[in-house]
Amino acid sequence: MFLRSETLRGYTLLSPTLIVMVAGICLPFAILVTMSFWTQHAFDFDTTFTFANYVKAADQPVYEALLKRSILIAGGCMIATVLLAYPMAYYVAFHVHSHKLIWIILMTLPFWTSYLLRVFAWKAILGYNGVINSGLKSLGLIDQPLAFLLYSPTAVVITLVHAWAAFAILPIFVSLEKIDRSLLEAATDLGDGPVARFLRVTLPLSLPGVIAAMLLIFIPTVGDYITPTLLGGPDGYMLANIIQAQFGRVNDWPMGAALAIAMMITVAIFSFVFMFLTRTVTGRIK
Amino acid sequence: MMSTSYIDRPNHPLYVYALLYLALLYIPVLVLPLFSFNDSIYIAFPLKGFTTEWYQQMVKNEPMLAAFMNSVKVAAATSVFATALGIFAAKAVTRYRMPGRGPVVGFIMLPLVIPGIVFGVALLILMSRLGIPLSLYTVTLGHIIICVPFAIATLIPRFVGFDKSLEEASADLGENMWWTFWRVTFPLIIPGVVASLLLCFTVSFDEFIMAFFLSGTKPTLPIYIWGQLRFPIKLPGVLALGTIILSVSFFVVFFAQWLRNRGIQTNAVGGV
Repeated sequence: MFLRSETLRGYTLLSPTLIVMVAGICLPFAILVTMSFWTQHAFDFDTTFTFANYVKAADQPVYEALLKRSILIAGGCMIATVLLAYPMAYYVAFHVHSHKLIWIILMTLPFWTSYLLRVFAWKAILGYNGVINSGLKSLGLIDQPLAFLLYSPTAVVITLVHAWAAFAILPIFVSLEKIDRSLLEAATDLGDGPVARFLRVTLPLSLPGVIAAMLLIFIPTVGDYITPTLLGGPDGYMLANIIQAQFGRVNDWPMGAALAIAMMITVAIFSFVFMFLTRTVTGRIK
Repeated sequence: MMSTSYIDRPNHPLYVYALLYLALLYIPVLVLPLFSFNDSIYIAFPLKGFTTEWYQQMVKNEPMLAAFMNSVKVAAATSVFATALGIFAAKAVTRYRMPGRGPVVGFIMLPLVIPGIVFGVALLILMSRLGIPLSLYTVTLGHIIICVPFAIATLIPRFVGFDKSLEEASADLGENMWWTFWRVTFPLIIPGVVASLLLCFTVSFDEFIMAFFLSGTKPTLPIYIWGQLRFPIKLPGVLALGTIILSVSFFVVFFAQWLRNRGIQTNAVGGV
C-alpha cells in the first residue's frame, strides 16, 4: 500500500512534465509518419494511403547519394572530433590538478554561444577573399586565393568538428575521470610501460565515453542544415537541405515527411549499433 | 612509494597540445569581434582601420531591434516554462521510488537525440494540420520541448546533492507539501534553478532550425541574421551584432556553469 502510494505520488508530480513531453513528441511524430503516406496535390493533400514517397526515395539516385554523403560527412566528422578531443580530455582528466572546473568551462564555453554565428565565422575565415586567403596573400605566400577552402565537403567537416568539440570532450573526460587510479598503479607495478598501460587499461576503460561521444556527434551532424547551406556549396549539400526544400520551393510536404523519416531511421540504426557496442564494451570491463 | 607521481607527472607535449586545442577552439570565434571594428565592408586582411560605425548603425536598425525583442520574449517564456517542468520532473525522479523510471526519463530526454530538422518539420506539419497559425508562440512551444531535457539534466544533480531529511524534518514539523517546497526545497535548489533558467534562455535565444520552420511573420534574431547573410553589404552589421551576442552569452554561460557546478564534484559535470 505504501509503495503504491509512493509510486502514485511520484507519477503525479511528474505528470505535468510527462504530459507536455508526450504531447510534444508523440503528436508531431504521429502526424509526420501519417503524412509520409500521403500525396501532395498543389496546395492540398490526397490522404489516400500510399507508399509512393518511399518508393520514390528508394528509386531516385539523388536521395540515396545525399543520404550516403550525409552519413560520410557525419561519420568523418565524428571520427575526427573524437581523435582530436581525446588527448585534450586526457590532459584535463590526468594532468590538471587545480582549477579543473575552469578548464572544463573553458572547453565547453564556445559550444553554448550562437551556433549560427560560429558557422558564419568559418565562412568568413575560409571564404575566397576570406581571412585565410587574404592573410596568406598579404603575407606574400600565395598569389591566387585557395579555391578549395570554401564550398566543399572539407569546409563542412572542418566547421562541424569545431562546432561539436564539446560533445566529444565531455563524455570522454567523464569516463577518464572515473577510472580508478589504483588500476594504473597496479599495471605499472606489474611491469607495464606508459604505452602498454594506456592501451591495456586506460583506453579500454574510456571506450564507453568514446562511444557516447561518437553518437552525440553523429546525430546532430547527420541532420545539420546551417553548415552545408552556408559552406557546402553544391558538392556539400546534405539530406537536411533536400528535406528543407520539400517544405519550401519544391512544396511536396509528404515527400519531405518521408525523407525526414528516412533520416530518423538512419539515426535510430546508428543509435542501436552504438548502444550495442557500449553494452559489449561495458560487459567486458565488468 | 604510495605517490602516483609516475602516472600524474607533467607531460609537456600534451600540455602544448591542450593549449593549441583551446586556441583553435577560440580563434575562429574571435574573428567576429576583430573585424567588427574594421573600417571595411570586406572580412579580409589587411585590416583597414578602427571604426565603431557598424555598432552605431546597429543601434538605429529597427528591424534588428524588433527581432532581438522577439528572441528575448521567446527565450524568457521558454526558460521559465522549461525550468518549471524540469523542477517537477527532477523532484519526482530523485525523491520517489518509481517503477519504470528509467524508460520514462529516457523518453523525456529524447529531444536531445532527434535531429532538429526532423523535429522542426514534424511540428510544422502538426501546426498546419491543427490550423494553428505560425507565430512566436509556436516557436516558444518547440523551444520548451527541446529545453526540458537541459533543465532536468541541470536540476537533477541539485536534488541529489541535498539531504532528503531536511524535507522530512519540515514535514514532521507540520508544514504541508507546498510550504515545505517553498521554505526548504526551493532555497536549496536555487543555484540549479538559476543555472537552468540561464541555459534554457541561451539555448532558445540561439536556436535556429526550429524557429526557421515555426516562426511566422515575426522573425527571431537568428532568423533575422540568417536573412542578412545573403547581402554582403549587411555583413559588418552582423559582425557587430554577433560580437555583442557572443560577449553576453559568454558571460551568461560562464556564470551559469559556475553556479551549476558550485559544490558539485567535477566528475558530475558531464551530464549535459
